[in-house]
Amino acid sequence: MSKQVALSKEYVKGLWENNPVFKQVLGMCPMLAVTTSAENGIGMGLATTFVLVFSSIIISSARKLIPSQVRIASYILVIATFVTIVDLVLKAQLPSLSKALGPFIPLIVVNCLVLGRQEAFSSKNHPGRAFLDALGMGTGFTIALVMLGGAREILGSGQILGITIMPEMFEPWLIMILPAGAFLTLGLMMALFAHLSLRKKRIERDAILKKYVKPEEPVKMEETE
Amino acid sequence: MSTLTTANPAYKLELTSSPHIHSRWSTKQAMWMVVYALIPAVIAAIVFFGFYQLIIISMSVCVCVLTESAIKYFRGREISIMDGSGIITGLLLGLILPPNFSLFGTALGSVVAIALGKEIFGGLGFNIFNPALVGRAFLQATYPVPMTTWSEPSYAVDSVSSATPLSAMKFDAVFAGKTEMLLGNIGGSLGETSSLAILIGGIFLIAIQVVNWRIPVAMTLSVIVFGGIFWLIDPAVYPDPIFHILSGGFLMGALFMATDWVTSPLNSKGMWIYGTAISLVIVIIRLFGGLPEGVMYAILFMNGFVPLINKYSVPRIFGEAK
Repeated sequence: MSKQVALSKEYVKGLWENNPVFKQVLGMCPMLAVTTSAENGIGMGLATTFVLVFSSIIISSARKLIPSQVRIASYILVIATFVTIVDLVLKAQLPSLSKALGPFIPLIVVNCLVLGRQEAFSSKNHPGRAFLDALGMGTGFTIALVMLGGAREILGSGQILGITIMPEMFEPWLIMILPAGAFLTLGLMMALFAHLSLRKKRIERDAILKKYVKPEEPVKMEETE
Repeated sequence: MSTLTTANPAYKLELTSSPHIHSRWSTKQAMWMVVYALIPAVIAAIVFFGFYQLIIISMSVCVCVLTESAIKYFRGREISIMDGSGIITGLLLGLILPPNFSLFGTALGSVVAIALGKEIFGGLGFNIFNPALVGRAFLQATYPVPMTTWSEPSYAVDSVSSATPLSAMKFDAVFAGKTEMLLGNIGGSLGETSSLAILIGGIFLIAIQVVNWRIPVAMTLSVIVFGGIFWLIDPAVYPDPIFHILSGGFLMGALFMATDWVTSPLNSKGMWIYGTAISLVIVIIRLFGGLPEGVMYAILFMNGFVPLINKYSVPRIFGEAK
């Protein structure tokens, strides 16, 4: 049990260290399919966060009642309930967004990020911790979706949130709206994240080395590529 | 394929992993031979489509070389412009763009070709797909309309319509004349229209053993067989094999793209399989696909199969039991 981990850490880890998209590579289906604009990204991210947070609280509260043989079915039942709520609310209140997201709202039921957090976290921790974890993961997911959707929208249609920002002579890159653009952008962003975290690790390692290795000794380090 | 060029000059002994293939040419020399072999195609492009095409080609060469140098610099590697590979990618990309294409588009395609087609895999020798074709495929999806707008050749008086022979065949069932297709007086990409100019360069490369003859020969035989089958079924609908060879980017693909050393199979058996399969895909796309031309996608598609082909075409070692 991770009782020693500070509560704030449970929230923060979803943003960067364990970012569901860039680090865990979960929830790729909605990630690649709906991020043609930043608005779709926000909608999808918030819908997933809502489902994730509430199902985590319920499942974590009921974790001692659910027999382990039928746990997956029980999780799906809880998740499906919240997905239905989101689906109906979006249809009633934001019909255009609901149309843009299409079948991907009902598909949150089988989003591996949602199910994965229940199996890996909520079923083993108390509700408060599960709530923070789910909120962090949801936020991380939303940030990733908005970044991807924003990048694709700027290049693919010269707009951001529906406002044209690129100069008139800019010809939109149609590929960015197509599925190929989603894969390209995601791959490049993941490469960037991997590069940044590698650099962070290298800086940390250098700091530790500086502390323990006497300065007069020449420090020889091999390149980690 | 010679040893990797990243070897440190301090070491006298170069250690590289197999396969070791002996060649008359070093990588650098061979690359420059390809550059020379592309000169006839560049001249043909200028003759048929005007001087502006030289600006397009120069643009793509410059941007390719600059991108490669910039990436090498940021990764802290030795800058190796003079190995000629960036220049070849730029030349090839310029030659397969449509005439009068925008300069910004050319630059974008060149950056993608080098950055996403080559350097992201680790540079020359590690790329899976042909960089120039990656750049063109990106442009095809990014600017679908400018990429399929073919200007008429400006040189001749009685030039054929601005449609390419392939799209005329596909959408209007009109077949262009063979002489015009051989010379290049037809609509099409810059360097692809003049079959004669490409053949001169390609035969020169085969003669000095810079490219292996098996892939072009396999592709030609295969397109004759598969294209011929459909031609015999219904000559009014399907074009004859010679049309297949002379039209579109077939010769450019067969002689310069598919024979790229990095992205083609290693041994003879693999090369025959590879060439045959590329032509089969070309014929299928041309006759039944949604696009009039399929050489680019056929080669990229088979590039992905090269590791598999290499795995299953390993020659039997002498003395090994069957």
